[in-house]
Amino acid sequence: MYSFDYHQPNTIESAAALRADAEDAVYLAGGQTLIPTLKQRLAAPSDVIDLAGVPGLTGIEVKRDSVTIGAMTRHAEVAASPEIAKAIPALAFLASEIGDAQVRNRGTIGGSVANSDPAADYPAAVIALGATIHTDRRSIPAEDYFKDLFETALAANELIRAIEFPVPKRAAYRKFPNPASRYAVVGVFVADFGGGRVRVGVTGAGPCAFRATELESALSKKLEPSQVDNVEIEYDRFNSDLHASAEYRANLVRVMARRAVAELLAS
Amino acid sequence: MSETGIGKSVKRREDLRFITGRGRYTDDINRPNQAFAVFLRSPYPRARIVSVDPSGANEIEGIIGVFTGKDLAADKLGDLPCGWLVKSKDGSDMKVGPHPPLAVETVNYVGEPYGVVIAETLAAARDGAEVVVTEFEELEAVVALDRATKSAQIHANVPNNLCYEWALGDADATNAAFAKAAHVTKLEISNNRLIPNAMEPRAAVASYDAASQEFDLVTTSQNPHLERLILSAFVQLAPEHKLRIVAPDVGGGFGSKIFVYPEETAAAWASRRIGRPVKWTAERSESFLTDAHGRDHLTKAELALDKDGTFLGLRVKTRANLGAYLSTFASSVPTFLYGTLLAGQYRTPAIYVEVEGVYTNTAPVDAYRGAGRPEATYVVERIVETAARELKIDPVELRRRNFIPPDAFPYQTPVALEYDTGNYGASLDKALIKADYTGFAKRRADAERRGRKRGIGFSCYIEACGLAPSQLAIQLGAGVGLYESGEVRVNPTGNVTVFTGSHSHGQGHETTFAQIVSDKLGIPFENVEVVHGDTGRVEFGLGTYGSRSLAVGGSALIKATDKVIAKGKRIAAHMLDASIENVDFAEGAFSVRTSNQKLTFGEVAFAAYVPSNYPSTEEPGLSEKAFYDPKNFTFPAGTHIAEVEVDPETGAVEVVSFVAVDDFGHVINPMIVEGQVHGGIAQGIGQALMEHGVYDEAGQLVTGSYMDYCMPRADDLPNFTIDTTVTPCTHNPLGVKGCGEAGAIGAPAAIMNAVTDALGVVDIPMPATPERVWRALYRA
Repeated sequence: MYSFDYHQPNTIESAAALRADAEDAVYLAGGQTLIPTLKQRLAAPSDVIDLAGVPGLTGIEVKRDSVTIGAMTRHAEVAASPEIAKAIPALAFLASEIGDAQVRNRGTIGGSVANSDPAADYPAAVIALGATIHTDRRSIPAEDYFKDLFETALAANELIRAIEFPVPKRAAYRKFPNPASRYAVVGVFVADFGGGRVRVGVTGAGPCAFRATELESALSKKLEPSQVDNVEIEYDRFNSDLHASAEYRANLVRVMARRAVAELLAS
Repeated sequence: MSETGIGKSVKRREDLRFITGRGRYTDDINRPNQAFAVFLRSPYPRARIVSVDPSGANEIEGIIGVFTGKDLAADKLGDLPCGWLVKSKDGSDMKVGPHPPLAVETVNYVGEPYGVVIAETLAAARDGAEVVVTEFEELEAVVALDRATKSAQIHANVPNNLCYEWALGDADATNAAFAKAAHVTKLEISNNRLIPNAMEPRAAVASYDAASQEFDLVTTSQNPHLERLILSAFVQLAPEHKLRIVAPDVGGGFGSKIFVYPEETAAAWASRRIGRPVKWTAERSESFLTDAHGRDHLTKAELALDKDGTFLGLRVKTRANLGAYLSTFASSVPTFLYGTLLAGQYRTPAIYVEVEGVYTNTAPVDAYRGAGRPEATYVVERIVETAARELKIDPVELRRRNFIPPDAFPYQTPVALEYDTGNYGASLDKALIKADYTGFAKRRADAERRGRKRGIGFSCYIEACGLAPSQLAIQLGAGVGLYESGEVRVNPTGNVTVFTGSHSHGQGHETTFAQIVSDKLGIPFENVEVVHGDTGRVEFGLGTYGSRSLAVGGSALIKATDKVIAKGKRIAAHMLDASIENVDFAEGAFSVRTSNQKLTFGEVAFAAYVPSNYPSTEEPGLSEKAFYDPKNFTFPAGTHIAEVEVDPETGAVEVVSFVAVDDFGHVINPMIVEGQVHGGIAQGIGQALMEHGVYDEAGQLVTGSYMDYCMPRADDLPNFTIDTTVTPCTHNPLGVKGCGEAGAIGAPAAIMNAVTDALGVVDIPMPATPERVWRALYRA
């Protein structure tokens, strides 16, 4: 690790001010990506601004139509929340499948969404549920948020306060984990908002999470697992690596979507 | 029998300190005034070092020095040697590419150290290493094993990158067997490169005392005496009597810590150079890049059978990847530990094997849990299974027809080994019952209904443990003997300190060896302490590898204990005024057969150190040493049966059941043996389904972290069903064979036979990753 200045601000405003003033600052949320990166000297920020002491960034608020989760809420809290389990059980399930117990006890939803790792789980739910990313200065709809590999719509010192998920009629998440890292090789989140409105969010397959519009149109016609079978998944821009070729990922998108639909219908 | 004696599952006494964080590993050890080392490592698979400019580093506060291979060469440090000379089939010696501890002129794999930065703090050393400017001239790298002999030449003295072309067996007899065969089964398979991943990374704390001119090197070694021998006799660091090597608690080795590495060598040299202790602990990334890797074979095998399935001959041609340099025992692994095991459990009358040992620009490859024997078992058990499928004979039946029968022992194989004992049918029978083989068809049909493909696979493995005997091994090229030393030092108050030349890095010697000695002496288990891993305390030793510790090291302790008892009898006879022939020793007491007189072991021990009523012919004291040189290898064997289910949509393989019935001879501590089997099977399943050390075409290690190198985890594994059969080893005093590697040897073939059975394909390369399985099903 290189040396850096460490800050523990106690308001959102002072956090943002610290970041704006510093030469090359980063926010520290749960640290599940940042800390290993620092330890391997792959990043050399001038300042690290720890958000753990900032009030108003944690907590879960469930209303009739929405679930709002504070950015610093740990995955384990989402996984264990009885309110979320009632409102959007698929979201609690997704959180329970992230990493391992240690990661879930440290990692945060805001950190995950801000990082936009192509293989992170949360982005699939953010996309499929059409969530809103509330920052310290504005609200960003999910579709405008994920831009590319580790790239989002966030401005340099913009800070996520909370993520608001609309409550669907029903939803399900299925992922195929990388055997080594347990990140998603492919994860598919299917949300049914009723009236033929079905949204599908895919993570792991492309440079960032995206809506699978081909699957959505097939499933909007009829919400059945078999609807997935004849959908051609375009995989020209899919990731291809040691663990999974783009072609194999396309197969997994179809298989995970089919399984998510089956799960959703059974729920 | 006592609750802590031979055959009892005594809880491991070392575990209390391990699980409460009180273990003392190399990195836990700090010396006053120590400095820290960070190595300069090659970013290229092959390059010429044009220049190294340390000026930037020297400006950093806390930097003590930047040294390169040239500095070590100037001090006349020798190369790191390979301890086993293998000869090619034409009689010529293997060709050894020079291996300086730190590269001098060229670097030959990514991660190879060519320099070291020493600083007051670890952070300063890291900062320094980053600003050393090294100019490299990149050279064409040799990466692909199949093309390695037709690529650029890595070492000037090794044409075609061919270290040796070794052969074993009777080629003519084997060709004749194939000529009369009714059926020939052919198989081309690979054995994937593995990266050891011991939990504790390699480390060293080296101190040099200028006054006494003595080195004290604490390091992560499986065999500190061998390390001392090599650093003295070959590297010329210091004479043996001026070099103390301590291997304290060591957190796993799996073979990778047998070898002498550049880093501890350079750290020790640097401690003398700067006159201060030097500490180095590998980061996990360094472990991935530079711990000696394992396996990495390409093999073509052919099995000749007559019309009723009797094996007539086996012909094997293997290319083994040795990496860029010959690591300490690299040459022996794909030869004497591989070719000699190709008879398996079978009466195959003619076997011929050729092995090309080939250099590539990758990390050195050496012994890894099983070392050659997993590769041999994989060849034999995969081709036998394939032959059974081709001939439509039940794979169990085909094996049974060809087993060496129990009355044929001792059995001389056509590939040099003489098996002393075994009963292969017995372990197979037991495993079939445990696995409910007769119920498999129903389980497969059930799986089919659930949309899953189920397969079953067998592996009737054999291994040769406790490498021996010394004279034969040395004739065959070994640079060291293969005996073990033991010392039983009885203290005046009757408790005992045991010194063993073998080394525990997870095996539980402190418990097992205390069980043996306390059982033999009839004294409480708590009264026996086991000391190992310190050349300053233990006379000599060859360390722990190849499942040898109990069979060889334990036998040395039995010999020493017998000497203690013999001397005790002489003392007791004098004290009790009886003739020696009339003195018995049992349950911790010396008694006279012709009277009711008795002396406890403690009383005799005390008399030996406070000799008042004492035989004039005896020296005082009660402490005995022994060296035990085994007459032969031991031959653990058994049957593993795996069942897997494949998800045809994703290609994911689930191991749903795993049965292992092993014959380890007599067992000292069944709990420890079970633990060893569990760990071995987990590693074998890891090799079959998950683990793979991959270099890309440019020679960069792609699987350099746990993000990409997949280690098996508990939830990847089923509950294992484990049992044993017993045919005691005929030539060591405990009748034991060794159990440390069996799981890793037997499991890969069982798993891959099950996977190929489920898929209905001849072969799929290990590891059978989800995509590979999916492609085998849909894109064949």
